[in-house]
Amino acid sequence: MRFKDGDRVAVKAAHPPGHVRTPFYIRGKVGVIEHCCGMFPNPEELAYGRPGLPAIPNYRVRFKQKDVWPDYQGHQDDGICVEIYEHWLEPANQ
Amino acid sequence: MTHPPKHGGHPHGHDHDHHDHHDHGHHHDSQQPVAPPGYFQLMETVVRELLVEKGLIQPNDIRRAVELMDARTGPARGAKLVARAWLDDEFKARLLADGKAACEEMGFGVGDSKMPADLKVVENTPDTHNVIVCTLCSCYPRFLMGIPPDWYKSRSYRSRVVNEPRKVLQEFGTALPNDVRIVVHDSTADLRYMVLPLRPAGTEGYTEDQLADLITRDALVGVTVVPGPES
Repeated sequence: MRFKDGDRVAVKAAHPPGHVRTPFYIRGKVGVIEHCCGMFPNPEELAYGRPGLPAIPNYRVRFKQKDVWPDYQGHQDDGICVEIYEHWLEPANQ
Repeated sequence: MTHPPKHGGHPHGHDHDHHDHHDHGHHHDSQQPVAPPGYFQLMETVVRELLVEKGLIQPNDIRRAVELMDARTGPARGAKLVARAWLDDEFKARLLADGKAACEEMGFGVGDSKMPADLKVVENTPDTHNVIVCTLCSCYPRFLMGIPPDWYKSRSYRSRVVNEPRKVLQEFGTALPNDVRIVVHDSTADLRYMVLPLRPAGTEGYTEDQLADLITRDALVGVTVVPGPES
């Protein structure tokens, strides 16, 4: 497992084709690892009938809404939690 | 060629038994022409018969799957989890720490093919309100809450609740105080989410069943709160 709870991470701003499980709006954004949910076969592979092995870590990553949407109007501490697979994450500074 | 079982094309079973023509004064169901099967109904029949013929599944597997689906037509299991958590702090701690294990403890989802890989229960508090969505498709904890409502699967809900949750909640009639922060949970793959709502005031002394009766599906999604007994 590459990340631990509390680590700051950036979601890759990639746009690969296929049955991708990382929502478009969260790509390129920086958040904090809330929790590692365990190891799961890669759903982006399972979707094509492949085994998706070895299993990869899946994390709940928490973002501040104002970091996700530049013009966000709500409470400044509003948040959004997204499950993201490890191959979509990189360490973020600060 | 076998005849398809009655439940074949419509696993949700809500529109077939027209017993209630009481305004006619007589019965003539058997004389009504049967509409020819539609495209998807035919496809379902053909695929099902092929699978059975090739020995990949048995007719009983389909019947069993439909039975399980019918048993999941409402939020009763989710409501029971919440009611118990409201009454039992130790159960609540287990539910929040490991939702799947808490479900298994209650006998929910065992042997159900729709049991998700994991269940995350998120707790509302006086200063934080949670709401769930699946922006990519329509992931929903069916084994606890039944068939998802159409609005949950709509593009409008899925795209807007992540971006302007307070406004979406207002459209559901849920006006949260401005100092309550909102956390949206986007279910993208292997986890399913359920909200543990706040217990309403005025329910002191209620039994687990009385509490469960107050809990609605929409409160478990987080688009509303559980109303108190007076409302």
